[in-house]
Formats: sequence, structure tokens, C-alpha cells
Amino acid sequence: MKRPLRRVGYAIIVMVVLLLGNVAYTQVIKADDYRGDPNNKRTLVAEYSRQRGQITAAGGVVLARSDPVDDQYSYQRVYPEGAVYAHPVGYYSMRYGPTGIERNQNEILSGEAPELIAGQLSDLITGRDPRGGNVQLTLEPAVQQAAYSAMNDKGYVGAVVAIEPATGNILAVVSTPSYDPNPLASHSDATQRQAYNDLVNADPSPLLNRAISAVYPPGSTFKLVIAAAALQNGFTPQTAVTGEPTITLPATGGATLSNFGGETCADAGGGDVTLTQALAHSCNTAFAEVAMQLGGPVVRKQADALGVDGQPSDVGLDVVGSRLGDIPDTAALAQTGIGQRDVAVTPFEMAWITATIANRGDRMAPHLIAQTTKPDLTVISQTQPQSLGQAIPIPVADQLRDMMIESEKNTPGSGSIADLAIASKTGTAEHGTDPKNTPPHAWYVAFAPAENPKVAVAVLVENGGDLGTDATGAKVAGPVGRATIAAALAGGS
Amino acid sequence: MAEFWMLVFAAVVVTSALVIVELNQNRTLSWELAYYGGGYLIALAVAHLLIRRYAPYADPVLLPIVALLNGIGLVMIYRLDLAREISAINRGEEVPTPQASLQLVWTGVALVCFLIVLLVVRDHTVLQSYAYTLALIGVVFLAIPALLPSSLSEVNGAKIWIKVPGLFSIQPAEFAKIALIIFAAAFLVSKRTVLSTAGKKVFGLVLPRGRDLGPLLVALLLVLGIMVLGKDLGSALLIFGTFLAMIYVATGRVSWLVIGILGFSAGAYLAYRMFAHVRVRVDIWLDPFGDPLGNGYQLVQSLFGLGTGGIFGTGLGAGRPDIVPFASTDFIMAALGEELGLVGVTAILLLYLILTARGVRTGLAAKDGFGTLLAGGLAFSLALQMFIVVGGVTRLIPLTGITTPFLSYGGSSLLSNYVILALLVRISDSSRRPAEAPAVPAAPAVPLDQANTQMVPAVAPPAHGGRG
Repeated sequence: MKRPLRRVGYAIIVMVVLLLGNVAYTQVIKADDYRGDPNNKRTLVAEYSRQRGQITAAGGVVLARSDPVDDQYSYQRVYPEGAVYAHPVGYYSMRYGPTGIERNQNEILSGEAPELIAGQLSDLITGRDPRGGNVQLTLEPAVQQAAYSAMNDKGYVGAVVAIEPATGNILAVVSTPSYDPNPLASHSDATQRQAYNDLVNADPSPLLNRAISAVYPPGSTFKLVIAAAALQNGFTPQTAVTGEPTITLPATGGATLSNFGGETCADAGGGDVTLTQALAHSCNTAFAEVAMQLGGPVVRKQADALGVDGQPSDVGLDVVGSRLGDIPDTAALAQTGIGQRDVAVTPFEMAWITATIANRGDRMAPHLIAQTTKPDLTVISQTQPQSLGQAIPIPVADQLRDMMIESEKNTPGSGSIADLAIASKTGTAEHGTDPKNTPPHAWYVAFAPAENPKVAVAVLVENGGDLGTDATGAKVAGPVGRATIAAALAGGS
Repeated sequence: MAEFWMLVFAAVVVTSALVIVELNQNRTLSWELAYYGGGYLIALAVAHLLIRRYAPYADPVLLPIVALLNGIGLVMIYRLDLAREISAINRGEEVPTPQASLQLVWTGVALVCFLIVLLVVRDHTVLQSYAYTLALIGVVFLAIPALLPSSLSEVNGAKIWIKVPGLFSIQPAEFAKIALIIFAAAFLVSKRTVLSTAGKKVFGLVLPRGRDLGPLLVALLLVLGIMVLGKDLGSALLIFGTFLAMIYVATGRVSWLVIGILGFSAGAYLAYRMFAHVRVRVDIWLDPFGDPLGNGYQLVQSLFGLGTGGIFGTGLGAGRPDIVPFASTDFIMAALGEELGLVGVTAILLLYLILTARGVRTGLAAKDGFGTLLAGGLAFSLALQMFIVVGGVTRLIPLTGITTPFLSYGGSSLLSNYVILALLVRISDSSRRPAEAPAVPAAPAVPLDQANTQMVPAVAPPAHGGRG
């Protein structure tokens, strides 16, 4: 019995050796695969527990930071400015993942970016926890705050985007209603869930970034694109266009297209008016006819050049594509000419188009990220202004500017600033299944000072703001835009 | 004294581990920890003194190793309690009952049981007389869950429990296992000669005569049947493997091993064809990443934990072993592997190796055949159980639910393993006991021709079996 028992003892040794071999294979050779597997929550937890970099606005205003805390995750993400910056900055939620800049710049902020790995190696040797890099945004706190307050104080649902025309620096990205991102970054799963469910169930949705993720009919603001195309195709600001209150659309069996309130254009009694007057008084019949004269391909070419091409863009945040629609027939082309029918744009795209006109047709790439830095504040990368080319010839852009100055003069609504020439265009866009009885979306796009533009803005207020079906772009969106411009110019930027 | 200092060492290691957990979880250190460590040491010291009093020659290594394993298990269970508490608070749910304090109570109960067995079984050879009784009790006990309604016997799909609502649950397989090993040892010792000699020779293999094994085979098939129907595949494999090893030790016949392995293969194939849950287990084993968030979740998370731990581990209290389901029971080795790394797992596996090797040595040194078989069987069952569960958790073999001896959370498992320890200590005491002082056959008091006749057993009687 002793000899077989001894062999059983050897068998036990073999079993232990087999286990050891297999465990060594698992913990040494396969370890990297297992650590990096996307289904391995531990990696996410480790990232969550790291000192994440700061997000700051221009002038060093802290928008997101990680404070050391005494719990299992070691650092609590804090958003000192709360709802004002919630949409561009986003939130960093364990349960729902990151959004906004927190998502777009996650590699830098979490310290996973290749530029930061070298620093981490020395961190490992010195025994410090790896830290994330910092992201500095182009947002101007005064502009962002003014735009947010103008929208939020009135309870408007909509968006404001402000861009510096010469550089493409994004000065403000506001979407209302907004929300406090702090509970979503809570270390308490229950708090996260509660906050998220409240936001998901709220109507209108605070989570939707209306500046970049929603598209609206641009209405009359789109006449700028049509005018840009016309001025390159035989039109001048003085070219005579129709002043009729109503025109009949071809091949529709008598469908008509009217000016706002069925009025004649520029009180000219229905006689011809100039293109400048038509733009300043936002006459629908004139621009419908201009679009029909230009033809679909010409209109589409100019729209494409200005970025209304259906393609999304990454400006530090992902902007959904703006589009012109299919334009299946001439009637559709007429409606496209006044920014209705299938035309759908983001407020961001309208601000971009406005900034391009302000920059004399030279289309700058907009960007939200000014620079990224390492934990020791040495620069990783800096965004340089980048031209995407001449989207509108310089003389045409100048003509458009002058026409927009005339337009501003015809725009009622409060907030005008003494001694400041603003170039603007309003829009009052119909939408829904019963357009005449649905409060319209109110638009206002503008840049100032007109001769030496420092800021271009686009304002969208959904469903007429506080004026219902009486709303116009001038009355509702105009004051928000001027408040934003005033803040941008007051800062001396 | 060696035993005492090894116990001190175990207590120091366990207390230090507890301190590391507290530090890594950012909790404040308190003297309470020292009380826990001290209390653990005192409990062990009492056990030590009683062993020295009632089994003075027992192997001094056995208790300290078990104390260390048990202590490491307690620390990990406590650490998982902390994680469950935090995640419950985070989710806004009710904090679950801590398992560590319960396991501590079970450790106390198990130590008491250990001492009772040591005191009651003063000589292991008496167990032989109860072989059939124990087998009967074991089988009946094992069958109870099958007869109880599911509400009183089913946990996570396995109908292998006896639940006393509100109080505790018992896993009869853990205890039946010991009764059956005692029975097998007694039976095999009595049939040894026949088993190792008789039989036909086919292809060089000496085929054993089935009828000699009758009662053992009946018991084995009954037990396996009950276990397989209760979906307790791990225990079935454990009992089968242990019986096979014991038959081999008793007979020295390789043919028994070959027959056993062939039988196992046929059984495994049948089980694979017949039971969906067996197929699922095998499929997960072959390709755990095929369904990483569904069926494969447990094993995949276990592998992630081990991989994340790497060579040195994350440190006790610094990993996320709670992500693996059943981390405190079946998957405790994955939890330990994550936080202690390959280094820690190796140390623990070596502890098992030393423990079971000392058990086998006890068997080799035993002065009676029953002692040899019983110690060998018990030691091998510990090793095999550890192999089945650790192999399953690390994907060496398909996963079958079974506890890790002394480490896992669970009262039944802890109690039964301490009973095994008591039996090993008892046998080692008798085997290491110096030959009794020259009890030189004193001149027969009675003339030989007037002496009573004696029964002479077929097997050499235990050399010291004076009390038998």
C-alpha cells in the first residue's frame, strides 16, 4: 500500500504543478490581453480613479477638475460652473460614460494619450499615480455667461453659438435648457441614476445639445447663402427683384408662397425692389424667384462651399451634418430659397456661415480646444487658426456685409448698442405639420463690429420663445444675439 | 513548540493582511484589528494546547497551515464584504449581511468540532467498526435534499442543500464525503487481499472481480447518481476521483485506474450528451470569450481578475475582486489571484501541497492499513477538491461549483474540512507515536495451553492497536 500511496503523492505534486503552470500562463503571458479587454471593467475603474486633468476656459476659469476624496475612487470630478458649461464640457459618468469635451479629449484628460505615457513611466518609478493632461478651451467666460443668461432667464429652449471670425475660436456654445453635470459624475451609483433618469424624462430634453446635435429649418437666415450665390451669378445688390406679396409655385396646381404677413416687399406697393431691400425686409417671394433663376446646382454649390453638405464635423465636439435636401422640383427649389422645405441646419453651422461672411469669405476651421498641456503645464499641442479656403469671393462677402448692415437697421427688438454697426439677418422658420398655427423657430445671425468683426453669433429659439405664434426672429432671438455680441466686445477680445 | 510558533506566524500574517486591506480601502486603523488578530491567535493557541494534550505526537505542521489558509480566506471574505457594502451604498440598495463575521463564527464552531472529533475519536481504528453505518448515514444524508421541496434545498440551480429557514444551510455532500471515505478505507482494508490478487488477465491487465467490490460500487453509484441528479458535478467528480485513488492505493493495481478512467470518460460523455448544463459548462470552458457578457461572464471576469493582478497583484484591498460573481465562495482563488498576484497564488498552492503532502506522509507512516488508506484518502480528497475548483476558476478544466477547502465562505465546507484535519491529526499522532516502551511480552501469565483462543485477522494487526 505504501508504494501506490507514494505515487498518489506524486500525482498531487503533478496537479499542483499543472495549476501553477496554468496560473502563470494566465497571470503573466495573457495578462496584458485580459487587462486591455474592453469587457474588463477594472480598466475603466482604474481610469476613473486617476487624477484626471482640468478643463479650463479662456483666462484659466476652471470648468472641470478632479478633487482628491477619501473613497474608493480617490478623485471626485467637479464642475464649478455647473449648467452654464454643461453642454460643451459634458460630464464624466461611470455609469453613462463621458460626453462633450470629457469624451472628445478623454485620451488627454485620462492620461492615456501617447504624449503623456512617457511622463507616466517616470511617475511609476517615482511611485506617483499617473495623472491626466489638461485641456484649455477657447470659450470666453463673459460671452458664454451672457449668452446662457439671455436664453435661460427668458426660459428659452434653443442654442447660441459665438465664433471669432478671424481665428475660428469658438467663444460660446450654449444650449438650453441645461443641467447640473455634478450629480452625473457622483461616485454614488444611485445619485447618477436618479439624475440621469430625471434628465431623460424631462421635456424639453436638457441632455440634447441643440447647438451641435439638432437641426432646424434655417428660414430667412438661409437667404444669405442664396444671396451669396446670386451675387456671383449676375446679380448685384441693386438688381431688381419682385416685390409681389405672393407668387404661385410652378407645377403645383396653384400652391402659393407669400411674404411674412402677406405684405408687399419693403412697402413698395408690389413693384420691383433691389436685392438689398429684399434681404433687408426678408422678402420671401423675391428669394424664391432668385433661387429658381439660379437653379438647383448653383444653390447647392454655394451651400456645399459653406458646409451645408450633410457631413458631420469635429470641432472639439461632434457637430452633426447640415443639409440642403434633395430639391426634387422647382417648387422645392423656391422653398429652399427661403430656408424651408428640406433645408436643415445646426445653429453651429449658421454661426460658422456668419463667421465666414464676417471674415470676408475666408472660411476658418472653428475649434473649441485652444491647447492641451501635460500635468506640469508644458504644452502638448496648440490649435493654430486654419483656413479652409475662400468659400465666398471677397467682393461678394463685402456686399453681403453691407446688405446685412441694412438688414440690422430694419430689425426691431431691443438690445441695440450705441455707435456699434452690426451686420445681421433674422429668420422666422415655420415647421411642423400645421406650420401656420405652430409657433415658429426664431433665428438671429449677426457679426460685429461690421467693419472689423470680432464676433459672429447665431441664436436659435425654438417654438417662438415666449411670444408663441407672434414670434419673429427679430423680437425673440435678436436681443439674445445682441447681448452676446455686447459681452464679446466688452471683454476687449 | 514548533507548532505554536508557526501558529504565531500564521496569526501575524493574517493580521498584517487585514491591516493592508484596511489601509488600501482608506479605512482608519483601530486597535480592533489587534483584537481580531489576538483573538484568532488565542483560539489557535487553545487548539494547539489541546492537540498537544490529546494527540501529543501529531504532525505540528497541519494545524498552522490550515490556520493560515483559513485566516487568508477570512481576510478576503471581509475584504469582499467591504466591496459589497460600498457598491450597495452606491446603488442605494440595502447593505447585504456581512459574510466575514458569520465565517468567523463558523471558524469557531469548526475549531470546536475539530477538538470534539479529536477527543471522541481517541483511536482512528475504531472507525472501522462503524464503516457500514457511516456509509448508510452518508448516503441517506446526501439524499435528503433530493427529497425536500426546492424551496428548502435549491440554491443557484443546484438541489444539494438542507436549508433551515432563518438559521443556516447545510451542504450534506461535504459531510457525506468524509463518511464515505471512512467506509471506503475500512471496506478496502478488509477486502484488500482478494482485490489485489484475484481476477482474469486481459491484454496484460488483471481484471478485478466485480463481486469483491460489490458494496463499494453500490455505494459509489448511489452517491454519484444522487450528486449528478442534484447537479453537483464537482462533488461527484471529487468522490469518484478519491474512491479511485483509494482503490489504487489498496490494491496497487493500475488496471483499476484504467478501468476507472474509462468509466469516467464514458460517464462524462453521457453527461455531456444528456444534460444541457454540462454542455454549457464545457462550451464555456472551450470558449469563454464567445459569450463574455452572458454564459461566459463568470469565467471571463475571473480571468480578467487574474490577468489584472499579474505577477505581484494589485495589493489586498486595492483590486476589484468583487466584480467576479461568487467571489467569496467558488471564485475565492480568482479574488486572491487578483490582489495577491501570481506570487500569492503560488504561495497558497504550495500551502495546499505541503498540507496534502503531510497528509500523504501521515498515511505512509501509519502503522495500520486502515490508517494508511484513510489518511491517504482524506489527503488526496483535499488536493483533488482544490484542483477541481482552482482548475475550474483558472480555466484548466471545466468549471464545477465546489468550495475551496478552508478558504471559501461556507459553514459546511469549513466544518467538514476541520473534521478531516482532526482525523489526519489523530492518525498522525498514532503513526508518529514512538513504539510503546518495551512492553516486552511479559512472561505469559497463563500457560499457553490454557490461554483463550484468539481471532487472527487476515491483515497484519495494527502494531500498537492495544486499545482496539
